[in-house]
Amino acid sequence: MPLSLQEGYHVNSNKPSDAFLIPLELTWSKGVLEPAGVVYPKPRMEKYQFSPDKPLSVFSGSFELVAKFSVPSTALPGPAAMSGKLRYQACNNTMCLTPKNMDVAIQLDIVK
Amino acid sequence: MKRVFNKRVLQFLAIAGIAAYLASCSFYEAEWPAVKEEKDRKKAPDFALKDANGDLAKLSDYRGKVVLLNFWATWCGPCEIEIPWFIEFQRQYKDRDFAVLGVSLDEDGWKSVLPFVAREKLNYRVMVTNEEVDQMYGGVDSLPTTFIIDREGRVASSHVGLAGKNTYRQEILTLLGSAKPGSPNNEKSPPVSFNRPPGILRADLFRPSR
Repeated sequence: MPLSLQEGYHVNSNKPSDAFLIPLELTWSKGVLEPAGVVYPKPRMEKYQFSPDKPLSVFSGSFELVAKFSVPSTALPGPAAMSGKLRYQACNNTMCLTPKNMDVAIQLDIVK
Repeated sequence: MKRVFNKRVLQFLAIAGIAAYLASCSFYEAEWPAVKEEKDRKKAPDFALKDANGDLAKLSDYRGKVVLLNFWATWCGPCEIEIPWFIEFQRQYKDRDFAVLGVSLDEDGWKSVLPFVAREKLNYRVMVTNEEVDQMYGGVDSLPTTFIIDREGRVASSHVGLAGKNTYRQEILTLLGSAKPGSPNNEKSPPVSFNRPPGILRADLFRPSR
């Protein structure tokens, strides 16, 4: 799942530097496939004007998430769709936007 | 020779003084403090929210005082820069009819806010917002968002994002009657508009990757 963030903004990574920061999180609704984890890229440790002493674990620019699924034995071959949500919270150098949930969907073929 | 030397010393001192002043200016002091002229100030929407003690806090209870109304959240780094300034302002000016009110947008409410208030020793009233109050103030999407409200309950200035400590201080002192008004309207502060469509800053930050 390729993602490209607007220039000047960053989002907290899936494992932010502090417990009170809101992590990037991809979750899936119940569907044909069974979620088997998400692979997040390696975050960057960046300092910002509002956090000059402590680097923050963030993603910025273009990056990719990899969603893994397992196919239940009862699943029928053919097209399948999964829907989910990407939760993120973005900031730039001087302000933070409120957390957002973005709908995501993938289409794939089950082959047996 | 002596006259030339003295002149050069004075020039050096002048340059050194200017350089020292510029070096002391923080990154955030780029704004020119200014409050709107009275005729341009809109009434701040009244609201009633419970504070950390469970007591109802109404903005209208503060009529007659200058109020710094700050929308913030525990996950907002820029907000954490400003909060110590607000603690200082509350301490310095509370006896001069001034009050800071903090309104948190934390989705899990007091669960996050109470420990933060205790840890950071906030000395001003803190509340947790609701959708209604957010919409009253144009849909608060960006934090920090701060309004300086005059004694008549009108918004004299507003700031979206991190502002300068001296900017806030000068605006407060202007409204308290202790400082002359600054330059005409600060063009870097967005005009107060409570009719701003909700979600104006909610444009998806993620672009489709190519």
